[in-house]
Amino acid sequence: MPLNIWRFASPQPFYSLAGKLIPWFLVAAALLGAAGLYVGFFVAPTDAQQGDAYRIIFIHVAAAWMSMFIYTVMAFWCAVGLIVNTRLSFMMALGLAPTGALMTFIALWTGALWGKPTWGAWWVWDARLTSELILLFLYIGFMSLHAAIDDVRRADRAAALLALVGAINVPIIYFSVKWWNTLHQGASVSLTRAPSMARAMLLGMLLMALAAWMYSIAASLMRVRSLILERESDSDWVRTITRTGAFK
Amino acid sequence: MSWAGPAEFFAMGGYAFYVWGSYGVAAVLIVAELWLLVTRRRTLLEQSRRSLDMGNDAE
Repeated sequence: MPLNIWRFASPQPFYSLAGKLIPWFLVAAALLGAAGLYVGFFVAPTDAQQGDAYRIIFIHVAAAWMSMFIYTVMAFWCAVGLIVNTRLSFMMALGLAPTGALMTFIALWTGALWGKPTWGAWWVWDARLTSELILLFLYIGFMSLHAAIDDVRRADRAAALLALVGAINVPIIYFSVKWWNTLHQGASVSLTRAPSMARAMLLGMLLMALAAWMYSIAASLMRVRSLILERESDSDWVRTITRTGAFK
Repeated sequence: MSWAGPAEFFAMGGYAFYVWGSYGVAAVLIVAELWLLVTRRRTLLEQSRRSLDMGNDAE
């Protein structure tokens, strides 16, 4: 029997599939995070120029990558929702937004704590930092707009439109260090040239980035499951899992 | 291994405030998010069960 993946585009099968996947993503996040922190703090050597302050990179880069990537995925689901009008697409977008905002905040916060000892300033209005701050506002704007409109379907569509317009900011963040002369350093990792750092540093960064991926997937799926419960609370299947106590 | 002992590790070459301030806040926020997510689902299921109980009483 061929497995029909479109089955999972409807809320009920997705709810149970997500429930089965979440523990695995959480375990993967914990293991990768532990490995990344071990490499970052115990294997990677002290930096010749920045001392141990550079160790902030392992959380900073992982969160910053995630903040941009989550927004891209969120905008993708918004586009799918607007075009195909599937219920689950909008729930995916809404489920991703708070975790994206969290990653953006962590990127900004750790960036400030890294900027102070290395640049001498918590914050500068440089293109990279400013566009990342705008990303935080876009996430907050998306969630606030959605929360401000009572009719869920209208809220979904209005917020989706905002998310799509804001998507232009993602390439701006990414290329800001090239397009403008920024205080922020250029890309740490590039596909087109050899990495400009020690192997252990790169490994720690990649492990932490993978951990951030796994965590973000888990957290978003957990949120989507709650959104499904909220929106489908009148359906028979939600009543059934409530009655039978099958909270899975 | 680049550390002579725990004290040196926690001192982070003089950058303890910045390094641990970064990782500490990130850890607190992540734990908070997970806690909120778990609580939200529990509350929803609790509400759903309560409304179901009320429906049964009325019948």
